[in-house]
Amino acid sequence: MEPGGHCFDRFHFNGCRYPKVIRFENVGLRYGMGPEILRDVSFSIPQRSFQFLSGPSGAGKTSLLRLLFLSLKPTRGLINVFGRDRTSISRADLPLFRRRIGIVFQDFRLLDHMTTYENVGLPLRVRGRSEASYRGDVIELLKWVGLGDRMHAMPPVLSGGEKQRVAIARALIEQPEILLADEPTGNVDPPLARRLLRLFIELNRLGTAVVIATHDLALMEQVDARRMILSDGRLDIHD
Amino acid sequence: MTNMAVADDMEEMRAEPLPKAGSRRKPTPIVPQRNVAGTALAIVIGIMTFLSCLTLGAVSLVRDSASRWEVQIASEATIQIKPVDDLDMEAALQKAATIAKGYAGVTETRIIDRDATARLLEPWLGDGLDLDQLPVPRLVIVKIDKQSPPDFTGLRIALSDAIPTASLDDHRTWVDRLVAMAHTTVAIGFAVLALMLVATVLSVVFATRGAMSGNNGIIEVLHFVGAEGRYIAQQFRQHFLLNGFRGAAAGGLAAALAFVGFSFWSLRNMATPEGDQASALFGTFAIGINGYLGVLLIVLLVSFLTAATSHVTVLAYLSDLDGKQRGES
Repeated sequence: MEPGGHCFDRFHFNGCRYPKVIRFENVGLRYGMGPEILRDVSFSIPQRSFQFLSGPSGAGKTSLLRLLFLSLKPTRGLINVFGRDRTSISRADLPLFRRRIGIVFQDFRLLDHMTTYENVGLPLRVRGRSEASYRGDVIELLKWVGLGDRMHAMPPVLSGGEKQRVAIARALIEQPEILLADEPTGNVDPPLARRLLRLFIELNRLGTAVVIATHDLALMEQVDARRMILSDGRLDIHD
Repeated sequence: MTNMAVADDMEEMRAEPLPKAGSRRKPTPIVPQRNVAGTALAIVIGIMTFLSCLTLGAVSLVRDSASRWEVQIASEATIQIKPVDDLDMEAALQKAATIAKGYAGVTETRIIDRDATARLLEPWLGDGLDLDQLPVPRLVIVKIDKQSPPDFTGLRIALSDAIPTASLDDHRTWVDRLVAMAHTTVAIGFAVLALMLVATVLSVVFATRGAMSGNNGIIEVLHFVGAEGRYIAQQFRQHFLLNGFRGAAAGGLAAALAFVGFSFWSLRNMATPEGDQASALFGTFAIGINGYLGVLLIVLLVSFLTAATSHVTVLAYLSDLDGKQRGES
């Protein structure tokens, strides 16, 4: 498999032919007066790239994802998102940037009182779009993730794999430029994890940069992709 | 995205039928309409509103009754003539009434005749009382124009000059005491009402925050799908405004029904000794239009408070989600 196409194969920090979506330079993060969770983290996510973010539990994977999703501010260092310095983005503008970033969680974070269809359409609904304007897109996307016939099902009756696919579809409905996935296969069995991985690879082929945070070595071994390994707050990159 | 390869690869269970083309249904509210916390919140709001409205009604009743007592007693004065030897009591009563009538501000005088006086004393001295055998003082009731009362000092002197054993009681001491008591009662009532409203405000705020804590997951999801803070706050504000209004309206309605019930009971029992006693103290138990407006005001206040609390709670939570961890800098 060659996720990310040419960019992936020829990817080097400064050698990729695609522009950077997100760039970190010497980023540090601490919570309150506690120790630094992340130290001097530098990397960039080019368009159409595919990478795993790995490391032991508590290494700071989720914190790094939250920084990527603009849910946290770094204690020090520079974060550049879609060409804008993180510190120059006002709180009011944050939702506009987040709409260009899709995010998927291990625990799915679906709204249990809404149907599959409504969960997937939620990002467009909160933007004030009429249901008629996005109905076709939601149905098409649900079919793409293999849930075309489950669109009126409520999340509590879905299997773990189905829930994760709904979460992925929801993250993709706004056609984000980058998709962040936090342990997306943590709650599914290995065969379904492989299928979900194929879904991410397919998505990457269609042009979305993908970052998958996982500590599942077996999953990473299935794809020859860049690996970003967090350890003791420092990031090592293996292209 | 039209590539169906991924879908083909998924071999999950298929149970739901495809939706019919063009089928439409009302979108599910983003904040669930009913849950346990929401119902509990509505009940707390209803109870606190009911108690606040009852307190308001009670204060309103006491205030109205106090001012009515004040006015009723201030509209009368009494001339008392003590019997002494060689005093023609009937002539003295007529003379006192005539003197009183001559003063501006006296609208009417009424001599309490022998029979009425005997009836007044009957509970203590029994029937068949012969007033000539006892030195019983006699009374003249003087009705007063409340707007321009007479010169009591002048009247008192004129009466003493004409009838040495006559005295004028304008109830001033009694009225002053009653006014002081009434004002104290009303002040205590307002203090209780203020405490009740503070308790209601705190209960509503904490109950709303409690109910909101169950919705943190929804706030997070909306945050992660790129919803703006004001949109999220609006969703919760609308939901809690409706929920709060529902509870508050139920509490206010129950209180209003209680007032109508009291008023009805008081009217039904007007001719009975208990009814007379109650109506002597509290009139007809009616809280009046101002009382009902107060109930409406409390209902609106509680609803607004519920919505405002949810709004503030959502924004505070979003603020936390937006990375307040840089507290050290």
